[in-house]
Amino acid sequence: MTQIEIQNIIIEEILNIAPDIEEDEIELNENIQRSLEIDSFDFLNMLVALKERIGVEVPEADYAKVDTVENMSGYFMERL
Amino acid sequence: MESAILMEWHVQVGDVVKKGQVIGEVETSKGVIEIEVFENGVITELLVEEESDCAVGTPLAIISNESATQEEVIQEKPQKEEAPIEPTPPQSVVQEEQPKPPKVEEPKEVSTIKPSDRIQISPAAKKRVQELGIDIATLAKEDGSPIQLQDIPTPKDNLEKPTTPKESAKEKPKDPMRDAIAKAMSLSNREIPHYYLNTTINVTPALKFLEELNAQRDISKRILPATLLIRACVKALQAVPQLNGFWVENEHQISPTINPGVAIALRKKGLITPALLDAGSLSLDETMEQFGDLIKRARGGKLKGSELSQQTITISNLGDLGVDEVYGVIYPPQVAVIGLGRISDAPWVIGDGLTVRKVLKATIAGDHRATDGRTGALFLDKLDKLLQNPKELL
Repeated sequence: MTQIEIQNIIIEEILNIAPDIEEDEIELNENIQRSLEIDSFDFLNMLVALKERIGVEVPEADYAKVDTVENMSGYFMERL
Repeated sequence: MESAILMEWHVQVGDVVKKGQVIGEVETSKGVIEIEVFENGVITELLVEEESDCAVGTPLAIISNESATQEEVIQEKPQKEEAPIEPTPPQSVVQEEQPKPPKVEEPKEVSTIKPSDRIQISPAAKKRVQELGIDIATLAKEDGSPIQLQDIPTPKDNLEKPTTPKESAKEKPKDPMRDAIAKAMSLSNREIPHYYLNTTINVTPALKFLEELNAQRDISKRILPATLLIRACVKALQAVPQLNGFWVENEHQISPTINPGVAIALRKKGLITPALLDAGSLSLDETMEQFGDLIKRARGGKLKGSELSQQTITISNLGDLGVDEVYGVIYPPQVAVIGLGRISDAPWVIGDGLTVRKVLKATIAGDHRATDGRTGALFLDKLDKLLQNPKELL
């Protein structure tokens, strides 16, 4: 998987969790939760779904490292 | 909300129904709501066809009570049997709707009316009639159809609907959800003397506890801090039950069950506060499960009528949005709202030393008619203590 592919998977999962968000609203360098009003529940569900698809689990202690789409894709890339 | 569409019946005439059973679905401005029955009985008539629009208060079906004698069945019809299956409107519609505190019905009065000349009246209308002291007989309709809320003259109508030409000319379609919130909040600020209290709580022990708990679990079984906080609020309410209930007809009623309305953002569609029903009976894991399910269904638009009408207190957690503290407005007829802010690092004094801890500002807004600041203070103190001993929250 390339980082772009991972990024696309993350975006797909954001849209799955929050179907009312439009794809062009997602900014790669913005805080996912704040900019898109994704609450902690949605965020956890998103990480559960991403674990299924990418195979990497994010421990709670690392939440700060996966705050934006770009940081998150980098995080997964390093751990594949 | 003034009307809803009956989408689907799940039952037929002759079906035996049980208390709590979902018998149909109505579509409202807040999404699809399941209609539950509040008593056991047999469906004897479906009064409304599928996909028809009905005003709030319209009887939808008649359920006869199996165990009752024939006489009772007839006499109680207008009050008891039609009431439970109305599309219970979201509680936000407030004033017009009967609050749903434990107090059930007063069928005595109705049952003195002879079956032959009894007048059908919706429960909401009946409540209003009692409030205004109007004789029901004067409202009876010639065609014998049930009296609805809108049939009753309301003195408040004049106050609430200023008819300046400008406003009536504007025909912008109103957002019904906004409208309901506007009405409830205006009523609240007009009538409820709020008091506000605030406590800063060290949540480091609680977060450490969660971290250790979650580290041993699969990601899908993790408990969120938001859930732990709800659980702590519920436990604190068990210790200070006065804040969990209603102010109805100048009386404070404490609710035996704790159904906290939890604020859930629907993002572009506003905010909704469905009830986490009987949260007092749920363990921490169950709270997480039920809360997750509630959020999913709130956003998917499939909440139960009871979840939209039986809140006994509100918990507003705006921490995810970075807010420091929340001073809530009480949702009538409730008597308190708990506000939770974000968890942040802050200087914290331990003994003579200064250190850094994760802290949370918890607030309570209470109805001063029902309780005093002391009650609110006891609640916040209990909440703080529980969060210092999070094992008690399991």
